[in-house]
Amino acid sequence: MTTTKSNYPGLNLGAAHGDDHEAAETAIFGFWIFLMSDIVTFGMFFAVYVTSALNTAGGPGPKDLFSLTSVAWQTGFLLVSSVTSGLAVLNLKHEHSQSQSPRKWLVFWLLVSVLLGIGFLQQEVRDFIDIAHKGGVPSRSAWLSAFWSLVGMHGLHVSVGSLWCLVIVMGVLAQGVIQRWKHAIMSWAVFWHFLDLVWIGIFTIVFLRGLV
Amino acid sequence: MTRAQELRAYLIGFGLSVVLTAIPFTLVALHKDAQLTLWVLGICAVLQAIVHLRYFLHLSLHGQQRDDLQLVLFTALILLIMIGGTLWILANLTRRM
Repeated sequence: MTTTKSNYPGLNLGAAHGDDHEAAETAIFGFWIFLMSDIVTFGMFFAVYVTSALNTAGGPGPKDLFSLTSVAWQTGFLLVSSVTSGLAVLNLKHEHSQSQSPRKWLVFWLLVSVLLGIGFLQQEVRDFIDIAHKGGVPSRSAWLSAFWSLVGMHGLHVSVGSLWCLVIVMGVLAQGVIQRWKHAIMSWAVFWHFLDLVWIGIFTIVFLRGLV
Repeated sequence: MTRAQELRAYLIGFGLSVVLTAIPFTLVALHKDAQLTLWVLGICAVLQAIVHLRYFLHLSLHGQQRDDLQLVLFTALILLIMIGGTLWILANLTRRM
């Protein structure tokens, strides 16, 4: 199997981008190292969640609090958003090796991704409010503390990711598709894919397992 | 890889993810046998994680340069030790209490 040389993990900008591609090596590889440490953090939150999954202390349990329909919507939003962020990266890679190219499709896919991310957050916040109304506040039991920490931290990541994407869109519109924003888009897309990866763990271990 | 191939990778990844998401959600919605459902949940989640790593994050066991693959594998090892160790020890403690 022959493969082209990759400078860093994941999809590469490619040699057509010249200096921007070479410089991406340290920028993107460094970002991967951060993501790996982030995934270890998530891993420990998962471990805490699983060890306290049965400790409801007589309070409400998963079946009293979770809505399968809502989780399905959140999963859909995040999955489609992950794909559209990939389409943004493909557009960046193939249309923007010269920075004069029109930016509308790149901006379009970034905005679609962030809107889907906001759709996810809106649904998640509604769930959180609903759960709190039903008495599922973090202080109620060990299980609920673990639930709010894990799912809340993921939601916080999605919020920061959405904000980051909006900053990138403004940067691209103000300064063009320069090296700085190319690297930001590449890093952000990897971050966004990772959040979807973590979500697989959350909807499986927290929601579906809780509703079985 | 050409642009068409890269686009196809995202679409294949999307299609597989939809299937691997739909199966567990359907099983849970239909209230099938709990033991069977849990097994299917686990298998679908692992498969979908692999699909994401392969088609969205473009990781593969071939053609990765230098530290890239080692970085991911080392992280997997750390996760295995820390999560596995936590579950092992705490499950053991629970049984003794």
